[in-house]
Amino acid sequence: MKPAPFGYADPTSLDEALTLLTEDGAKVLAGGQSLLPLLSMRLASPATLVDINRIPGLDSVVVTPSGDGAGVRVGALVRHVELLHHAEAAQVQPLLARATSNVAHPAIRNRGTTVGSIAHADPSGEMTSVLALTGGSVTVATPAGSSAVGWADFFVGPLETSVHGPAVVTEAFFPALPPRTGTAFEEVSRRKGDYAVCGAGVTVTLDEDSRVTSARASYISVGLVPEVHDLTDAVVGQSVDSADWTAAGALARTLVDPDGDLHASADYRRLLVGVLTERTLARAAQEAQNR
Amino acid sequence: MIVSTERTISVTVNGVPRETTVPARRLLSDALRHDLQLTGTHVGCEHGVCGACTVLVDGTPVRSCLVLAVQVDGKAVTTVEGLARDDGRGGEILHPVQEAFRECHALQCGFCTPGFLMTMAAGLEARDRSTDITEDEVDEIVGGNLCRCTGYANIKKACRHAAGLMKEAAE
Ligand SMILES: Cc1cc2nc3c(=O)[nH]c(=O)nc-3n(C[C@H](O)[C@H](O)[C@H](O)COP(=O)(O)OP(=O)(O)OC[C@H]3O[C@@H](n4cnc5c(N)ncnc54)[C@H](O)[C@@H]3O)c2cc1C
Ligand code: FES
Ligand code: FES
Repeated sequence: MKPAPFGYADPTSLDEALTLLTEDGAKVLAGGQSLLPLLSMRLASPATLVDINRIPGLDSVVVTPSGDGAGVRVGALVRHVELLHHAEAAQVQPLLARATSNVAHPAIRNRGTTVGSIAHADPSGEMTSVLALTGGSVTVATPAGSSAVGWADFFVGPLETSVHGPAVVTEAFFPALPPRTGTAFEEVSRRKGDYAVCGAGVTVTLDEDSRVTSARASYISVGLVPEVHDLTDAVVGQSVDSADWTAAGALARTLVDPDGDLHASADYRRLLVGVLTERTLARAAQEAQNR
Repeated sequence: MIVSTERTISVTVNGVPRETTVPARRLLSDALRHDLQLTGTHVGCEHGVCGACTVLVDGTPVRSCLVLAVQVDGKAVTTVEGLARDDGRGGEILHPVQEAFRECHALQCGFCTPGFLMTMAAGLEARDRSTDITEDEVDEIVGGNLCRCTGYANIKKACRHAAGLMKEAAE
């Protein structure tokens, strides 16, 4: 249970980090809360760890409340705990604080980065699904330059992204919540803070007469990559107080394709998708009325 | 730009400046126990799940098995050995969480105790001490640590008791 030997470098600029990452077997170390367990269990044995923690300029949360680029930009060194307590960010995109409160335990949130959890692309991570549900993107820096990659092009498979070769994800962008839109997030786990057996994040948008115009959901620990499911058909045009959320839950159950494992069977996960969808949509719709 | 397989690090541990040379792969938990001979920090799972190895880095609780020793160069680390205060007469004054653990019989074998103490001390120090602690707060504070002996009831009791002691002290 000790990591295999490796070389360690802690560059103080992004360029240096990218140069180091061009070497074979070099890997980015951010919060280490997913990588160090993998090293200790010898599931990974990189030749070099490139610790990005000393690179300046990667630790800010930039909130743009409205207009062009409205949303929240989260730097690569922002820890889960900072997003959890960021009132301004929560105002513009409430799913951030709601989801991070479900990420692991306080001691892990103190060190683990939100961008790291996205780069790690674990289908049981909360923030990958939140990036998808909000229609977000990441900025990927390579020796050839920096570019934005949309969430759908980023996630390729479990623990796999479309980024290969030397690269640092420098930030994640979560677009602002549109007007008349509410959100909710809920998960079922064996113990508070553990990886979810199943989780759901949803958004509901209403028109001026409080009738549903959009209902969308993204699930945690369901499927191989984060997906966004459009449930609008089940409730479109219905008034917020009498909308048939049960029908939306039933529709969601037909759209997902969960796997069974040690923690839950596929059928149980599908059941939870229905239950969580129904509950969260109702809450999100109530909230949408006041936004 | 240097890729090192070994480094000499300077760390302030429990207020005392220490220097030690460690291989890059040395976990902070092992550096504390093996290199600095501070065996109060316990290692259970060594992959972040049990919380037994929790220490404070610059005042913030972290799992020491999920931090490399080379990453704490220049930082301050507090372990369970540094939780009690000097009483100025050669003895020590227990931290309220230690007091509460004793009072509430919150340990049996004691393996998980250092991790619980560090997590709880930091959790309680961070909260608003003018209010009574809620059950949700207690669950949030102790929820990340595992104990195989006590069944948690007395650990949660100790958390409430310590919160009470700290509230009184703040009044
Ligand atoms: C007991 C336990 C419970 C947990 N529970 C949860 C949970 O419920 N939900 C959850 O979402 N997470 C959970 N986590 C994981 C935690 O959220 C991690 O912090 C997160 O998944 C990874 O972030 P990190 O900064 O620690 O990344 P690291 O561990 O440093 O890196 C993870 C991977 O991503 C790569 N990487 C990281 N940052 C970048 C970057 N900027 N650019 C390119 N590549 C990068 C690394 O090379 C590595 O492959 C848990 C962890 C533990 C130990
Ligand atoms: S030994 Fe570090 S969390 Fe278990
Ligand atoms: S007292 Fe024995 S593990 Fe907690």
